[in-house]
Amino acid sequence: MKLQISSRLAVFAILELSADSDRRVSVADIGEKCGVSSHHLAKVMHVLARAGLVRSVRGAGGGYRFVGNARRTTLLDVIELFETIGANPRQEVGDRTDEGRALRQVLGEIDDIARATLGSITISTMLKLVRRRGDGRRAAESARG
Amino acid sequence: MEWRKPSARAELGGRASAQSVRTMKANARTTAGKHSLTVRRVRAADMLHVIALDERVTGLAKPDYWNDMFSRYGDRRPHEGFFLVAEAPEAEGAAPVLGFIVGEVRAWEFGSAPCGWVIALSVEPGARLHGIGQALFDALAAEFKQAGVDRMRTMVARDNRLHLLFFRSEGMMAGPYIELEKELE
Repeated sequence: MKLQISSRLAVFAILELSADSDRRVSVADIGEKCGVSSHHLAKVMHVLARAGLVRSVRGAGGGYRFVGNARRTTLLDVIELFETIGANPRQEVGDRTDEGRALRQVLGEIDDIARATLGSITISTMLKLVRRRGDGRRAAESARG
Repeated sequence: MEWRKPSARAELGGRASAQSVRTMKANARTTAGKHSLTVRRVRAADMLHVIALDERVTGLAKPDYWNDMFSRYGDRRPHEGFFLVAEAPEAEGAAPVLGFIVGEVRAWEFGSAPCGWVIALSVEPGARLHGIGQALFDALAAEFKQAGVDRMRTMVARDNRLHLLFFRSEGMMAGPYIELEKELE
């Protein structure tokens, strides 16, 4: 499964900000970490702010803060601000044939699982996963010397 | 029913420690969030409360099912089957059973190496978000480890958001099996 770049950036930005909700992080800092331009990221942050997940802080040392609920906001909540996951309402080639209907049923299974998976992982759970990955990487690096 | 906060003497704070939940031969007093509760093996006297809690949560009374679960996991096969309940501190006016979890070590079904299965989990709706589910989960995980397995597994309906969010928050990820079913004609 592939996410659009805006969705990925939004998830990264939310994870960066929610790791410490008191910390203000500038768009430039997040952009540098993700390797994208501040311009592209600014549009993403605007959408996240409109959804009430982040708030911009003006003035010296300004930037963004996470203001959502990390234990209630799921990956699906964030991603669906930018793209639709699952059920494709558009008519596709061959949809009216038995083969097309059978194919849509199979693809629907995949969509349902994708939605259930993304909808079951909160930002808080994701942060734990990120920490575990980091711990695992550091342990492997230290074992290699 | 809202779970009333226990008195200050019971507040220990922090997550249930592995040690506290491992010593379940007697009663293990453990902590859930900042509240104290006991996680212990189910007793016959708990079953009415278990049945009532399940009915409140699912809207369906299943006394025969739960009595059968008690006969299978209550006191038989204590090293493979675990039926645990979370009990509020006494005289706090809370429901006697705040939650329960049932698990079993199963081996070689569909080629699966021995693994701990979480078969059931329920927490009193008014007592949620106090770490009771986590205390039960940790206690069962400790039992599974003591039984010699290093993996636990469960099955959750895709639309059961509550259980999905909970098990995910406990670090559970998709396993190597896919559940399949067929409507019988």
